[in-house]
Amino acid sequence: MSPDPGASEALIRLFHVHKRYAAKQALSDLTLEIRENEFVFITGPSGAGKTTLLKLLYLGETLSAGQVIIDGMNLARISRNRIPQLRRQFGIIFQDYKLIASKTVYENIALVLEAAGEKPRWLQKKVNSVLRAVGMEDRNASYPPSLSGGEQQRVAVARAIVGQPKIIVADEPTGSLDEESAGVIMTLLKKFHSTGGTLLVATHDMELIRRNDARVIHLDRGRLQPAPPL
Amino acid sequence: MVHFKRALQDIRSHRFLNALTVLTIATAILLFGAFSLFFINISDLMNAWKQGIRVMVYLQPDLPESKRTQLQQRIASMNAVGEVRFISAEQALQRLREQMKRQRSLLDDLKTNPLPDAFEIRTSDAARSAKAIEALASDLETLESVTEVEYGQKWLGRFSGIFQLFRATGYGLGGLFFVAAVFIVANTTRLVLYSRQEEIGIMRLVGATDGFIRAPFYFQGLIQGAVGGLLGLSALWVLYIFAATQVRHGFTVGAIDVRFLPLSAVVAILGCSMLVGWLGSFLCLRQFLKEA
Ligand SMILES: Nc1ncnc2c1ncn2[C@@H]1O[C@H](COP(=O)(O)OP(=O)(O)OP(=O)(O)O)[C@@H](O)[C@H]1O
Ligand SMILES: [Mg+2]
Repeated sequence: MSPDPGASEALIRLFHVHKRYAAKQALSDLTLEIRENEFVFITGPSGAGKTTLLKLLYLGETLSAGQVIIDGMNLARISRNRIPQLRRQFGIIFQDYKLIASKTVYENIALVLEAAGEKPRWLQKKVNSVLRAVGMEDRNASYPPSLSGGEQQRVAVARAIVGQPKIIVADEPTGSLDEESAGVIMTLLKKFHSTGGTLLVATHDMELIRRNDARVIHLDRGRLQPAPPL
Repeated sequence: MVHFKRALQDIRSHRFLNALTVLTIATAILLFGAFSLFFINISDLMNAWKQGIRVMVYLQPDLPESKRTQLQQRIASMNAVGEVRFISAEQALQRLREQMKRQRSLLDDLKTNPLPDAFEIRTSDAARSAKAIEALASDLETLESVTEVEYGQKWLGRFSGIFQLFRATGYGLGGLFFVAAVFIVANTTRLVLYSRQEEIGIMRLVGATDGFIRAPFYFQGLIQGAVGGLLGLSALWVLYIFAATQVRHGFTVGAIDVRFLPLSAVVAILGCSMLVGWLGSFLCLRQFLKEA
């Protein structure tokens, strides 16, 4: 059952991963694989380590022990100047959105493409197209603080998909939203999955998990658990 | 020019800090420019002096012509002397009349010409130093039939030493301004950086390289330097126009001619100013991105 690194063609592989914050063991001995185009829920009670697990994948945190391999890149050995390249494989939807308050919706999304060196000609087209996809094209000149939670989340989704990443990691993407907004967000994310993307969603919303046919990774106090009956 | 646009956006959203930085640079450039302007004009003066100064040798009245030509030949053969010209008392009076157009009536009342005959001497290359001029003057004074020797720019010779000291001070101060300006740009950049720490963190997470994050700050530094430099130089120009008219009124016409910094110096100062902006950003960013 325990895969050894370098053997399979999994997109994401964790091998005996430990993560320790100063005084807190957040993840213990995690070994798992996620294949390309999988749709995975990561669930567990608050403090179980869901956010921490996602952060380890895009080097939002560094692991304490073990190995994480993303698309063949061993994150323990990646050089500092290749980190941006790693992160461009990801579209990240943060628990707290992390939109830049001083930039407009349009600028927030364009930033991803500018940072990746996209040509200005394509940039505008791509940004407008994702804004349309999330239904926010008429708010492109607004600043994030003037948007509702659901609207900010939609902008966050737009920013996550605009760079055409391989993987989207979404941390509680529906956590603070009403049912309708949550539905819109999940539809957008599933569309990303259905077009070949790999989708990781951290949530403790069991109802959401029940409604979707996806793999579930259950964490409790930093350890992998056998999935409990739904 | 994505980075340039981003830099302009940054400047707009931090107007106050940027204005402060620009003003600091402008002040440093103004002070430095004022010093340069001063030196350039003093140098002109010193050079004019070195190219040969005018020495007047006054003669006893009614010197017979033969003796006078002999004396002229004698003076012309002296090492430090370039050119000797005789100026008769009448010519001298004529000159005075021309110089004193308005008060000419005063001179008209004269019954006899009170001015002596004189030789006007232009010194040669051999009289470049203050010492050589003094030696020439005392040699001339010992000659027979000479009553008095006069050279107007005597004070300049004495000034030469002080001038050297001033120049050294000027270089020192210039260096100090430069360092201070770099330090201030670095600090305002730091303030901007800290106010945008969260934003920079987000940019990193969405895949921005350090270079991408740095670029607008470099442009910002260069723009601050350029604008500050232009502002400082403009202020200097205004001061110069004011001072130049004062100087021209204060001295007899043609005695001292002041000029502005040559184009090459203006360009060099502007370049330095932009370097200050860039260097300030560079030093700050190097430290900040290592920490973050
Ligand atoms: N930066 C940090 N420094 C110290 N401890 C941390 C840090 N981040 C997380 N932790 C701790 O690590 C554990 C796991 O946190 P994590 O945020 O991964 O949980 P989570 O499953 O996402 O919880 P939630 O459902 O509330 O979002 C928690 O006990 C948390 O307090
Ligand atoms: Mg979390």
